[in-house]
Amino acid sequence: MGARRAAGRKIVGENLIRPFATCSTSAVFPGLKRRAFRIASAFVALSTVVLLTIFLSGAATEKHLSVYSVAANYSLPLVQRNGRDYVGLLELLEPLGAVNARSDGDRWRLRYNNIAAEFTAGKTRAHIQGRETDLSAAFVLENGRGLVPVSSLTSIMPRFLGGPVTLHEDSGRLFVGSVATHFTASLAGENPPRLEFNFSAPVSPTVSTEPGSLRMTFSRDPVVAPASPTLTFGNKTIPSAIYSEGNGVAVITVNSAAPVMANFSNGGRTVTIAAASAAVQKTAPPNAQQTASVPAAAPAENSAPVARKYFAIVDASHGGDDHGETLSAGLLEKDVVLSLARSLRQELESRGISTLMLRDADTNLSLDQRAGVANATHAAVYIALHASSSGQGVRIYTAMLPYESASNDDRGPFRSWSTAQHTDIPTSQAAATSVAAEMQRRQIPERALIAPLRPLNNITVAALAVEVAPQSSDVAQLSAPDYQQLVTSAVATAIAATRNRRGATP
Amino acid sequence: MVIVRASIPRHLVIAMAILLVAVLAMSVYVWRMRGRAASLPVQATDSRPIAPPVAGPTEAVTLFVAHDDDGSLQAEGAQIPLPSGRQQRAEELLQALLTRYLDKGSHHPLGMGADVRSVFLVDPGLVVIDLNAAFADGHRSGILVEDLTVASLIHTISANISGVLRVKILVEGKERETLAGHADLSGFYDVTAVNQLAAELQAGQ
Repeated sequence: MGARRAAGRKIVGENLIRPFATCSTSAVFPGLKRRAFRIASAFVALSTVVLLTIFLSGAATEKHLSVYSVAANYSLPLVQRNGRDYVGLLELLEPLGAVNARSDGDRWRLRYNNIAAEFTAGKTRAHIQGRETDLSAAFVLENGRGLVPVSSLTSIMPRFLGGPVTLHEDSGRLFVGSVATHFTASLAGENPPRLEFNFSAPVSPTVSTEPGSLRMTFSRDPVVAPASPTLTFGNKTIPSAIYSEGNGVAVITVNSAAPVMANFSNGGRTVTIAAASAAVQKTAPPNAQQTASVPAAAPAENSAPVARKYFAIVDASHGGDDHGETLSAGLLEKDVVLSLARSLRQELESRGISTLMLRDADTNLSLDQRAGVANATHAAVYIALHASSSGQGVRIYTAMLPYESASNDDRGPFRSWSTAQHTDIPTSQAAATSVAAEMQRRQIPERALIAPLRPLNNITVAALAVEVAPQSSDVAQLSAPDYQQLVTSAVATAIAATRNRRGATP
Repeated sequence: MVIVRASIPRHLVIAMAILLVAVLAMSVYVWRMRGRAASLPVQATDSRPIAPPVAGPTEAVTLFVAHDDDGSLQAEGAQIPLPSGRQQRAEELLQALLTRYLDKGSHHPLGMGADVRSVFLVDPGLVVIDLNAAFADGHRSGILVEDLTVASLIHTISANISGVLRVKILVEGKERETLAGHADLSGFYDVTAVNQLAAELQAGQ
């Protein structure tokens, strides 16, 4: 059997190398045939992988053009024709004014406000308002849709709009008029370091963090580059920041040696980047950590009245890619809870309670990150805000722990992540009861329940979630400032009462 | 100097050519398909019956049915044919519950095509409920509305089948973080805690 296998191998080997027998140099270089075979095989495999990767990655990324104007900021998909980027002209002009178009054979006629234009498929010359305009590449007409090369927008758009436009062709950004938002960056303090970005107009970037950097992505803001794209600050914790543009967005990446957080102020014009611990210290009382020494499992009413600082965390739930509930057309839960959170922060601070908002912009924050910050900062209370279109009034939730609670997975000083809340449930319920009582006092329909809602079960301090529904069937009430203030002032009053019962100092 | 000329075997050239053609063809296909996301909703193609017919004698059971108008969970008696096996009984109970939720006049409507794919009873006392994607994807978002669904499913099973201690909810056989953005599906539900929630919900608003 062994001999048969050996013979088989030999035959197979001979079959494989037979084509090389014609090679006149085989006698001189006996290893060449096998080597050439291996190289060819490797080339086939490699070329397949490379081609697949190139084509699939090309198919997966779609290029965009972001347009910034006084009337609207919007983004359009680009298409590639003859190796160039094209954009639909009708879609481009639609948000800026009244526009209509019709095609007649190879001709495509467009009217924007009172300006008439005519394009011809395959031609590089167009007529706009009776004047000839050269395009950088041929006009494309597809199923009645007129496509113009992106590089020609600097010559086409001023004819329609009557004013200058600025095109960042490589990054797909078009600025109509003087709409650019400029910014400066400077270190506001050395120890702890705080990096302040001051923008010439309010901004709302998406903020994401990863080890060693914080990234602000401006998809809707016409932010433009500073004098130098790389900003250095000569600080060990926050050494530099880099501005970049690409595919319709501007990105500022702040490099950091420690975890950092972004805080928005001055109506969205100022973004302060600070180390996570420093950001908390800025808003928390100096000895906020003392609250951690309070035996959290003890009911609030039974705690000894020791003077302690009381520090609250307000969490506007959802954010970034997580929209939460779509309350109505154009009204998302993540936006409503952000304004609720800002209102609650104001109400708490007016009652002398230092407050940290976990997000103050449209930011992606995982549930674990939220719980992590709440636990690390040793706040006295964590309040998550939600909004709902169903039901009426306010619902207050405390944690419903998962099954593991029965087995108590705590190990020494460490608590099981999924049931970390279990020793703090009495204080959470005391806070929830206080909030419910205050709602009742103000005749706001209320209900206190438990809920399987993360990250309540991961938090090691008093934790509750407040879900705000409209008082009537009108969902728009959720975004009304007076209703938001009615609810948040009730929550703040109740939290202040809880603080007073615990004997903590403001 | 000796110049070496090694020719690549013909079958490798052919293989390479076929692969390149295949790669190009796939690329063109992918390019054409780009942007054409499958827009057909799941429910449009889901033609499975809501409740498969079960033969045999009927039994009186208690279903805990969610009512959105007052945010309550209400116990409602029903006569449904129940098989003898515990697992099949659990499936029939949930199907009876789903029938109510998918009715036109439902007090707690679920998305079209919502279904329970299967229920597994794993000893000791573990029940695994596997929902279909349409159930979770079409579910309305909100803490209370998701609470009601979870409590209804779990409390109906635990009230009618003894010995259930914990429940795991999957979607299409996989773990999912939340039902529709709020109710946590990442852990095991403690039936005792769900019973407490059900008691609170039965009080209504």
